[in-house]
Amino acid sequence: MKDLGAMLLGRAAFSELAIGNTALVRAMIEGGARVVTSYPGSPTPEIAEAIRAIPKDKRPFYFEFSTNEKVALEVAFGAAINGHSSVVFFKSVGLNVAADSFVQLALMRILGGMVVVLGDDPGANSSQNEQDNRHYARMAAIPVLEPATAQESYAMMLEAIAMARRTMSVVILRMTTHVCHAKELLHFSAWNDPPLDRAPRFDPDAANYIPLAASVAPLKREALARLERTRLEFERSPFNRVLSSSSRRGIIVAGTARLSLADCLEGVCGRPTVLELGTVFPLPRGLVRDFLAAHEEVKILEELDPVLELDIKALAYDAGLKTRIIGKVDPEELIGEYLPEKVRSILEATWPGLLGTTKASTVAAPAAIARPATLAAVSAPAILSAAALTALPARPPQLCPGCGHRSAFHAIKKALAGDDITVADIGCHTLGYLEPYRMGRVLLSMGHSTSTASGLSIFNESRKVLCFIGDSTFFHAGMPGIVNAVYNSHNVTLVVMENGTTAMTGHQDHPGAGRNFNGESPKIPVRQALEGLGVTNIREVDAYRQSELESLVRAAVAESGFKVVIARHPCMLKLTREARRKPGWTARRVTIDQESCSLARLCVADFGCPSFQRCGDGRIEVHKDLCIGDGSCKQVCPSTAIVDDKGGE
Amino acid sequence: MGSPFNIYMTGVGGQGIGLLAELLARAAAQAGLPTKGCDTHGLAQRGGIVSSHLRLGSGAHSPLVEAGRADLVVALERCEALRALRTMLAPAGLLLWYDASWQPLDVRLGRARAVETEDVFAEAAARGVTARRVFREDLDDPRRQNMALVADIAGAGLIPGIGLEHYRAALADLLDGSALAKNLAVLEGANP
Ligand SMILES: Cc1ncc(C[n+]2csc(CCOP(=O)(O)OP(=O)(O)O)c2C)c(N)n1
Repeated sequence: MKDLGAMLLGRAAFSELAIGNTALVRAMIEGGARVVTSYPGSPTPEIAEAIRAIPKDKRPFYFEFSTNEKVALEVAFGAAINGHSSVVFFKSVGLNVAADSFVQLALMRILGGMVVVLGDDPGANSSQNEQDNRHYARMAAIPVLEPATAQESYAMMLEAIAMARRTMSVVILRMTTHVCHAKELLHFSAWNDPPLDRAPRFDPDAANYIPLAASVAPLKREALARLERTRLEFERSPFNRVLSSSSRRGIIVAGTARLSLADCLEGVCGRPTVLELGTVFPLPRGLVRDFLAAHEEVKILEELDPVLELDIKALAYDAGLKTRIIGKVDPEELIGEYLPEKVRSILEATWPGLLGTTKASTVAAPAAIARPATLAAVSAPAILSAAALTALPARPPQLCPGCGHRSAFHAIKKALAGDDITVADIGCHTLGYLEPYRMGRVLLSMGHSTSTASGLSIFNESRKVLCFIGDSTFFHAGMPGIVNAVYNSHNVTLVVMENGTTAMTGHQDHPGAGRNFNGESPKIPVRQALEGLGVTNIREVDAYRQSELESLVRAAVAESGFKVVIARHPCMLKLTREARRKPGWTARRVTIDQESCSLARLCVADFGCPSFQRCGDGRIEVHKDLCIGDGSCKQVCPSTAIVDDKGGE
Repeated sequence: MGSPFNIYMTGVGGQGIGLLAELLARAAAQAGLPTKGCDTHGLAQRGGIVSSHLRLGSGAHSPLVEAGRADLVVALERCEALRALRTMLAPAGLLLWYDASWQPLDVRLGRARAVETEDVFAEAAARGVTARRVFREDLDDPRRQNMALVADIAGAGLIPGIGLEHYRAALADLLDGSALAKNLAVLEGANP
């Protein structure tokens, strides 16, 4: 497993412990994908990590991180209408960015076939919402396969690639966070690298590629006819399964809820019949109708929105079925992941007592995994003292030790009045909204900050408006808002938090980095881009130079019009990780000279580096496991008690 | 089919839970146990809570351990040990934790009391579960605290069906060079 790249390229069939995201890459290789594109966003970045493990010259397909999801989708589309099997992947909300082009895809004859892999995030584990992208599929008339396990991700990705090629169209593979990251022993088939056909086969005479006015209706007619052919195929798809039992109760379930359901029903007597759907759009109507007709009551168990439910209820109405269909009853059923505990409580509310009778076998462990004696010994729980149950402090995410964003927030806060307005954008620096900084108090989406700030500045003569943006986001969606602020001369100060990388999603390069996924590339400096966009009022400083940054921001907000301050410092997590790998690296730390410390505690209360820990007696100490010795904290201490730790190993 | 053995790992972003989780999963696979697991990242890299789930044996469907059903909780941090004890550990489960403390913001600001080692023992006792504390003075690199936990798991046989040789093989599968040597040394150190 040390050499993931070599493993992924193995010609013979093999088995390996891996996650769903890795499985997708093997499917791309086996399935003959030729052009793969993406923009980083959780839960999908590990797909690119697996691709990175394959040396560029051995990669059977071209891969790039594009500047945003719409661009990535268009690059994949362009390649596919030229005859290359293509794949684009991004996170849930990425589809909002790509949507303007995405909704046209079904109208196009996509020669090589194209797969859109969506990393949906029920539970909003690492996203600004938990949107259910199945809605987009209906709007755009594009079929959806939805796996529940890593092994199924591989199988469905293979089928999605083949189906897209067969139908010369687009297929969605809808992944969700805990399918992307689910780990199990995966079984992969053999692979035989077919020769690469480089011929550009785009033929605008063979099909109409200009959806405009009168040509839309025939294109849409063809798209709907194709969707119906797909539906007929889905009726017989091996991805849909009925788990029989003789119950008059049935459950229709899709996605990871299938696994939670299987856990809950493990060992249950009189379990309902289960219809597991892997092809979630278009609905295999015949299969579902027969299932409904065979049961008196059917519960529809689907995470997030009632997409299947509405289709199924409409179908039952049209077919005149009398089956009692139980959809979402409580609004909570629309919120959050269908974890095993959630499915358990839904089932208990649906059919009280259903889960109550479990067979004895679930209680006794088999010999192979018999619990050691220490685990078996249980004494009856004593009554807990009140003190023992005090609530534990929450642990919100933090900026890392040494993060330049921290220095920037600390300095900028001093340059602003308490009621001035600060607008956040998406990235590590979003965390500035938390204590102790409270900087950047409104957030919509990537790149929104300058435009939202512009709106906040209209009619506003008393409260200064300052907004933040990261450098990756600047290139992703930030520029139109900046052009608008210049064009319509909005009274806004933009702080570009330039750390040279896409930090939050795992340090991917961006156009300002001087590198792309495949090697060196011309660097597009943020400053130069800003000048090109017509910004004339630009200041810049290293974010660690806090008093200088403070006075630059003070000066900028006092001027009228659109101003930019670039607060620059490399991502210290990335820098430290890279430094550690070099020979001769030694740890650096700061320490607190307890003699000089006046217990002002600004290092904790204002600066908030997690390395500063509070002792029982109120003194502050530096945590040896956390501090990286960057020293950006020293200037914060009024009694200069933070000093380099000379005793550091 | 029997019930699977459920393991829930928890800690703070940056503590090395990724390697811990990968190692336990690979050791289980080496031992021939059906293995399902899942890391939950969130914004973890930024000092929030990170957790990982592992389910061994047949009869596991979801890769996620249901709340209150972990047979073994492995925590890399004291406060998170207590949190997982309350939310994830099964009534007859075992809590194993490395006794490092990474204070949450409210503790650093003096608004909340820090969790002490005794708090974990006391609450485990009150709940009638076993708690095992690991702390090694001799570790020169905090990034090997996870390995100290694995050494204890291997030494005491806390995961049924997995032996020291499986952990060793899993480690060799994941690392090489000096990283392998250093981690192996920590692992073997607790070999009784
Ligand atoms: C439309 C969309 N795509 C992707 C993401 C995932 N994402 C979260 S933050 C971020 C970029 C952060 O990079 P940058 O702007 O440079 O800020 P940094 O984290 O480096 O401070 C991305 C791509 C998202 N939230 N929305």
